[in-house]
Amino acid sequence: MSSEDVERLLIQFQDENGEILGSPFDVPLDITPDKLQLVCNALLQKISYSPVPLAFFVHGEVEVVSSLESCVKALGVETEQVLPVVYQPQAVFRVRAVARCTSTLQGHSEAVISVAFSPTGKYLASGSGDTTVRFWDLTTETPQHTSRGHTHWVLSIAWSPDGKKLASGCKNSQICLWDPVTGAQMGKTLTGHTKWITWLCWEPLHLNPECRYLASSSKDGSIRIWDTVLGRCEKILTGHTQSVTCVKWGGDGLLYTSSQDRTVKVWRAKDGVQCRTLQGHAHWVNTLALSTDYVLRTGAFEPATATVNPQDLTGSLEELKERALERYNKVRGSAPERLVSGSDDFTLFLWNPAQDKKPLARMTGHSALVNEVLFSPDTRLFASASFDKSIKIWDGRTGKYLTSLRGHVASVYQIAWSADSRLLVSGSSDSTLKVWDIKSGKLNMDLPGHADEVYAVDWSPDGQRVASGGKDKCLRIWRR
Amino acid sequence: DHHERKRKKESREAHERSHKAKKLIGLKAKLYHKQRYAEKIQMKKTIKMHEERKTKKKNDEKTPEGAVPAYLLDREGQSRAKVLSNMIKQKRKEKAGKWEVPLPKVRAQGETEVLKVIRTGKRQKKAWKRMVTKVCFVGDGFTRKPPKYERFIRPMGLRFKKAHVTHPELKATFCLPILGVKKNPSSPLYTSLGVITKGTVVEVNVSELGLVTQGGKVIWGKYAQVTNNPENDGCINAVLLV
Repeated sequence: MSSEDVERLLIQFQDENGEILGSPFDVPLDITPDKLQLVCNALLQKISYSPVPLAFFVHGEVEVVSSLESCVKALGVETEQVLPVVYQPQAVFRVRAVARCTSTLQGHSEAVISVAFSPTGKYLASGSGDTTVRFWDLTTETPQHTSRGHTHWVLSIAWSPDGKKLASGCKNSQICLWDPVTGAQMGKTLTGHTKWITWLCWEPLHLNPECRYLASSSKDGSIRIWDTVLGRCEKILTGHTQSVTCVKWGGDGLLYTSSQDRTVKVWRAKDGVQCRTLQGHAHWVNTLALSTDYVLRTGAFEPATATVNPQDLTGSLEELKERALERYNKVRGSAPERLVSGSDDFTLFLWNPAQDKKPLARMTGHSALVNEVLFSPDTRLFASASFDKSIKIWDGRTGKYLTSLRGHVASVYQIAWSADSRLLVSGSSDSTLKVWDIKSGKLNMDLPGHADEVYAVDWSPDGQRVASGGKDKCLRIWRR
Repeated sequence: DHHERKRKKESREAHERSHKAKKLIGLKAKLYHKQRYAEKIQMKKTIKMHEERKTKKKNDEKTPEGAVPAYLLDREGQSRAKVLSNMIKQKRKEKAGKWEVPLPKVRAQGETEVLKVIRTGKRQKKAWKRMVTKVCFVGDGFTRKPPKYERFIRPMGLRFKKAHVTHPELKATFCLPILGVKKNPSSPLYTSLGVITKGTVVEVNVSELGLVTQGGKVIWGKYAQVTNNPENDGCINAVLLV
């Protein structure tokens, strides 16, 4: 039988916010995503000049994978009316999955507790239980500097958004600043907290290009904002009755903190006034994730412009601020920042903290406590890693459950997204790392090699390397 | 014989020494006292060293081993061997029908303690009525039986609706309404009457806490075990069974 009489359908392209693109199109039912992409790009040519890879969702829900026909059949949509098809631009660059361990960096004499790449991906820093912070040279994959100064385990490290400073907090409640180029300590040790530091977060680049202020949260229930240039504490935010587990500095001048007293508090960064308390969790709130996390972390660096040899950011402070602000506005879009909190009560809450006290959605499904939540760099999805050996992927806008990634045989400790939001790497207590493909929801790569639990994982913003550290005192770098 | 004499001589030394110290005078005394002072210093030093060995000091210099990241700090990590043995133990308990409660053994309350005899009748001879002397819980829709026929009297003053329930992990206490008495360990009669004594398992309304099941349904009832003697304190303190 000839297939000339294929049914035709009217579709209307819409972008994620609902704005209509062009006029309704008459397309055959067996059209494939590639052809849809050509059509859509042709319509978008008025706006950009290079073809952008797109993903299409019928009614914004079901993705068009093989052809439009399968989606229409699955949804049972009427073919008489105009069908809205939402197009989502994917990242132009593709990050390749890491496949092999290129080096095992030994040097730490105790477990490696935290690992972080600088915003451009040029430097790698790791904090450990032997009280040192080590900097590693990525081109030769050898140790570069060993920074001594802490007197107890280095619990958290954070790079400033311009990549010029590294802040590290230890179990003796001290914070030190380090220069990655020389490995020397900058300024004096910041003391003030009475118990150990749980999280460090810098002020975003687009709010202050000289990267001056740093927020730290501690077990003593307070959050301190430090002026790193003068080396003193600017503000102390009290209000939590128990340990503060996470602090995030949002791009709109608000600070979000989560605590073991089951609440999440929203503060104004300018004067340290508490705006809102978000209640709802039934047990400790372990972790927070902001939709704009990744863009705040990378600042003025655009992962699409990454080169094989990572470079420092160039440009005057004004230029950097402008670039960071532009990137931030693009990722944020018109909606305010969204916040996800994961807790020991096995659930997650999606909040709109700038506006509402009530959560947008409550996500259940995990059977053990949620250890880490992370938004994807394009803010469309977020992933939650839990002690029940699974990672769940949820829709970033509505909180709808999408898929579960199973494969680990022990608690999943930390996760990291690749810069194009297509891959996710997870480190677990069973000493393996696994790279997952988000589109198919399947395991892409299994990376065994560590001898003991993997405590920290990070994917460099230029997408080339993954670094992981764990209880076996080694830092491993994985590449393609 | 020699050993006996040696032993006795040594034990006499202490007396002779003290006699010398008291009775010596002049230059000999000065020399003796100086020598004795030096000896005493050495003795005190050795005693102090022995004392130090016994007391445990906080080791300030070395950083402790077992470094863990911040998210694992407040949690007790279970060693792998323990996990396996715990699993086996739990399976055995489930088979035996024993459940873990904070107070496994409670003193059983006898009938004479819990129920007081009420005499009725024209000559106060009939003794078939009983009054409950412990705190009890009656449901919402409770109405007394006609007084002439009710055998067990539960006084209004001893009826409680709320309990102070502590969450064992959060270490926070909430005042939650009681839904019902699940089991009183002393007797099933008390369970049916709703008598609350120490060790009773009660069901409480936990919708205030905001717990949710995996499927997304809100948990609104949980068991808690009473930890005090409510008739003595005037309030019911319980610990939540998670």
